[in-house]
Amino acid sequence: MGARDPNQSRRDFLKSSALAGGGLIVSFALPGTTRLAQAAGNDVKMSAYLRIAPNNDITVVCGLSEMGQGVHTAIPMLVAEELDADWMRVRVEQAGVDKAFANPIFGMQATGGSTSVRGHWEPMRKAGAQARAMLIAAAAEIWKVDPSECSTEKGMVLHKSGKKASYGQLAAKAAKQVPPKDVKLKDPSQFTLLGKSGTKRLDTAAKSTGKAKYGLDIYLPGMLTAVIAHAPVLGGKAVSVDDSKAKAVPGVRQVVTIPAGVAVLADGYWAAKMGRDALEIKWDDGPNAALSSEGISKMLSDGAKAGGAVGRNEGDAKAAAPAKTLEAEYEAPFLSHSCMEPLNCTAWVRNGEVEIWAGTQSQGPAQGILAQVGGVAPGKVKVNTMYLGGGFGRRFAPDPVIGATILSKMTGKPVKLVYSREDDTRGYFYRPASVTRMKGGLDAGGKAVLFTANVASPSIMEGSHFMKLPPDGVDEFGVEGIRDCPYDIPNLRIEYSRQEPGGVQVWFWRSVGHSQNSFFLESFIDEMAHEAGKDPFEFRRALLSKQPRYKGALELAAEKAEWGKPLPAGVHRGIAVVFSFGSWCAEVAEVSVAADGTPTVHRVVAAVDCGMTVNPDIVKRQIESAIVYGLTAALYGKITFKDGQVQQSNFHDYRMLRMNQMPKVEVHIVPSKEAPGGIGEPGTPPIAPAVANAIFAATGKRIRKLPILA
Amino acid sequence: MVSLSINGKKRELDVAPDTPILWVLRDSLHLTGTKFGCGIAQCGACTVHLDGQPVRSCATPVSEAVGKKITTIEGVAATAAGKAIQAAWIKNDVPQCGYCQSGQIMSATALLAKNRKPSDADIDEAMSGNVCRCGTYNQIRAAIKDASATVKGA
Repeated sequence: MGARDPNQSRRDFLKSSALAGGGLIVSFALPGTTRLAQAAGNDVKMSAYLRIAPNNDITVVCGLSEMGQGVHTAIPMLVAEELDADWMRVRVEQAGVDKAFANPIFGMQATGGSTSVRGHWEPMRKAGAQARAMLIAAAAEIWKVDPSECSTEKGMVLHKSGKKASYGQLAAKAAKQVPPKDVKLKDPSQFTLLGKSGTKRLDTAAKSTGKAKYGLDIYLPGMLTAVIAHAPVLGGKAVSVDDSKAKAVPGVRQVVTIPAGVAVLADGYWAAKMGRDALEIKWDDGPNAALSSEGISKMLSDGAKAGGAVGRNEGDAKAAAPAKTLEAEYEAPFLSHSCMEPLNCTAWVRNGEVEIWAGTQSQGPAQGILAQVGGVAPGKVKVNTMYLGGGFGRRFAPDPVIGATILSKMTGKPVKLVYSREDDTRGYFYRPASVTRMKGGLDAGGKAVLFTANVASPSIMEGSHFMKLPPDGVDEFGVEGIRDCPYDIPNLRIEYSRQEPGGVQVWFWRSVGHSQNSFFLESFIDEMAHEAGKDPFEFRRALLSKQPRYKGALELAAEKAEWGKPLPAGVHRGIAVVFSFGSWCAEVAEVSVAADGTPTVHRVVAAVDCGMTVNPDIVKRQIESAIVYGLTAALYGKITFKDGQVQQSNFHDYRMLRMNQMPKVEVHIVPSKEAPGGIGEPGTPPIAPAVANAIFAATGKRIRKLPILA
Repeated sequence: MVSLSINGKKRELDVAPDTPILWVLRDSLHLTGTKFGCGIAQCGACTVHLDGQPVRSCATPVSEAVGKKITTIEGVAATAAGKAIQAAWIKNDVPQCGYCQSGQIMSATALLAKNRKPSDADIDEAMSGNVCRCGTYNQIRAAIKDASATVKGA
């Protein structure tokens, strides 16, 4: 395996950004919900992560952002398991920014990269175990017994004599105990919550009654709502602005020009939008006015033909002389994240402090960035993390929080900056487009002996403005999912050619580089299997004999999908297996293709090896969610450019998968005692190749360019 | 002034009659359960009921609601169908990010109110205007079927 730790780059990115904020401990209770924490009241603080109320309510304070992935349930479960809490009394509260909540994998407070459970599996269990030890110590002191004679169960400390006391009764005394440095964690065989099915999410009631509060749901006294007219071409500038008609719209209060564009501030969204529509702006399009998707495709294709920096080199790919060779060029487009909740942020700059309310994946970095924007110390930046109406990587980017803070600073008022759906779709931070040229070789017996891939794409590392390409010139995110090709092929070479079409801001998109590279690799391996005259499952399996966890996931998916058994007439299978974010995921798609070429995906069977699980129900839902996200992109997703402008704008031309196209999905979890892997992303990469391979099985036509319904 | 009936309450509001219902609910009344998703009736996140019929409030001017009853997610539990749908949503742990779910629940409630035993095809027809980016469609379908089995007043 030539790949390095997939999180190293993002960790470096966050460290090197030097945007660490300090100090400020703030908590923000998400209001109006049943199992979410109420105001602290006379709760006893056991640690930064945990409070216990006299009435036995347990509040777990979570520094990670809830964007649907279930982290506001998983983190409390980790604490509750080792605490032996009564789960029915456990609540969750969103933390502010504090170093206690730094993501151990990033070294910063941020949510992404499917790191939450991986990074917090031990620390949060320790937080629970530590509090449990303190509760036992307090009880032992009161009862004048040895702590070793005490046990815990469902929120109670029990003594062998029959004495018992609830955590609520003991908390005040327990909090005065010295927290033990070393606590023994449970053996997984002792788990009562972790890995067991049936634990419901803590946020369901709030999200089923309209009470859950997202960034857009904040209303402050005297607040203005801002909508920005962005330059239609990235890098363009307003030459002249006639705002007289905009200012005549009832409710419009101010029109100001900021680096992001021309902002209309009004009493509410509708007035702001009407005001923006009434602006008359002359734009200078700048250097990117000729950008076109045709030009970008050619640039990437030329790059892939030429090759570039060597990311992995085994055997001698150049000298290898296989009996049979095949070669193909694949292409994946730019993609928008299109979170259901359009991007937004509310900021209030006042009295030397910056306060924001935002659904953000990166509150730690945001604190540092906004300190610079607001001209205050990082400790004077308060971040209220709201529920995220989807994240997918997009809410890692700071553009809305910067824009809102600038506007509040300029106007002296609380400002809610709202992206319209069109702004959101055209707002850049796209999954990079990529063209990859691959070559495969087979020996006379049909065994794979050669694989090369030349990847050409823009660099996320450089585009992030926080990272640099490493000395070898290979963008980690540009090649992940193909450089780590797991197949046992003796001659193997991966090259990366950085190509930058002018002005396009690229970014992390659910599963990042795997989202396109796994499509390339897993489709091309299928081509090799076909060329070898072998079954695509068996061909992969034979090449994975040294990769037990790849093989395990692949075999479980094939078994559950009844690979090889006949399907109804016209329905065909495709398969793919991918390792990403610490987990192995294989998917089998069952697809039929109509006479006009339109595919229907009937069923997807997935198998995931993500090590030990916290909440297997949420694991299954995350894989299903990731499949829908990837399938939507595979079928419809493309951001294209003409004359420097993004051609898509809203859901009518940037299409979403809907209820009537939803396949049945079955998810199977490989039983495991290994450390947990990530789960938010690993379901996305296999679906595009699984579907494309099924389409080939149905039609004999290879899908080498996404989206499928171009 | 516009006179409205929202979740059974009369409201007098000083808003332009062409303002979409969505922004009256959200910006004037801070009834934030109804969500903004697309602004052009393409995603269903803003779905409310006008006299029991589902409408996309982002693209329906408030003038069209005059003389009719507006029901939002905050008031939908007052109906037998709404109550059953919300209970089924909770039982099935449907939401992930949750942002689209108010609209999903409003569309599902309108379906169940007029069709106590919706088929898969009925569900497809009633629900395909509501986008869920987290992909909870199978859970939504299961919850509607659950609610169909439990709803009172069949």
